[in-house]
Amino acid sequence: MRLRCLLLLAAVVTALPALAAEIPAAERRSGYSFMTSDTKAMQDDDTANPGMLSVMDGEALWNTKVGEANKSCADCHGDAAGSMKGVTARYPAFDKALGHPVDIEQRINLCRRDHQQASPFANESRELLALAAFIGKQSRGQPITSGDDEALAPFVARGQELFMRRQGQLNLACANCHDDNWDKHLAGAPITQGQPNGYPEYRLEWQAMGSLARRIRSCMTGIRAQAFDFGSLDMVALELYLMSRAHGMTMETPAVRP
Amino acid sequence: MASALVNVPPKAKKGAVIEIRTLMSHIMEPGYRRTAEGNLVPRDIITSFTCRFNGEEIFRADLFPAIAANPFLSFFTVATESGKFEFEWIGDNGFVANASAAITVEA
Repeated sequence: MRLRCLLLLAAVVTALPALAAEIPAAERRSGYSFMTSDTKAMQDDDTANPGMLSVMDGEALWNTKVGEANKSCADCHGDAAGSMKGVTARYPAFDKALGHPVDIEQRINLCRRDHQQASPFANESRELLALAAFIGKQSRGQPITSGDDEALAPFVARGQELFMRRQGQLNLACANCHDDNWDKHLAGAPITQGQPNGYPEYRLEWQAMGSLARRIRSCMTGIRAQAFDFGSLDMVALELYLMSRAHGMTMETPAVRP
Repeated sequence: MASALVNVPPKAKKGAVIEIRTLMSHIMEPGYRRTAEGNLVPRDIITSFTCRFNGEEIFRADLFPAIAANPFLSFFTVATESGKFEFEWIGDNGFVANASAAITVEA
């Protein structure tokens, strides 16, 4: 009897519809393609894109000597146009010393600590976003390659698990909207695929720049889940999965989004 | 750090209508919002924008709390002669920012 119950349970579990598979490469669409023509025009014109103000601030910071070491980013990395090209497109990247991946904001702060001997920037601070935007701009037009490193495989898997896991009071997984229903609308606004190809980005809703982590946190708050902390292993794993899920898509940093 | 992005065509034909676009970095805090503790966040906005061409004022705008952060202003003028556009943003807490751009007008 007991065995029969278990078998029945197993049959029910296997009969539940599996979550839709990942979006095939040919169907991947940037958040840009869901926007109105006005917002597209704002992103396309570098003198109308408010993200470029942050990029300009970041360029100034790149060349400013700071910390005990009295070194600027440029003192080691030189001209960002060459040295930072494609860098954001492959982050979060595996850090051998730490043994786990770090996102670009964490990398900036690690660099500040280890090489400039300066205090780290606060999460979502104007300076951190400006430097990330300036570095990210050097990858504009480059394809996303994040997740190619084999050492990252377990972290990509962890991120995928988090993406597929239902959570919060609304009991929704990221995949319920961004894999299964991305061609539909939610309260009049298009549900996008949740592609991370323009961060840090300028959100009109925020009237400010924000990182991918901030975007994920506001999504998690929206489903009434406990948002991951900035820089936590789960946050970086989810960022990493999103980037590997967008493999080959073109970077748009600094993107403008509604 | 106040940075501005100004878009003026570097060259124009005499008599042509040209578009000037400006983007100014500013938080435009309206003064109606409160912190988590209930304290009012003081107003901090740009109140005035002026554009002068060769010293003569050609465009002015007053800005108000309902205007979004990083105000973007675009306007048109007629290219009459070569010269310099000077832009000035004035705001709360002694905020002053300037930018300029040159134009060459061909007959």
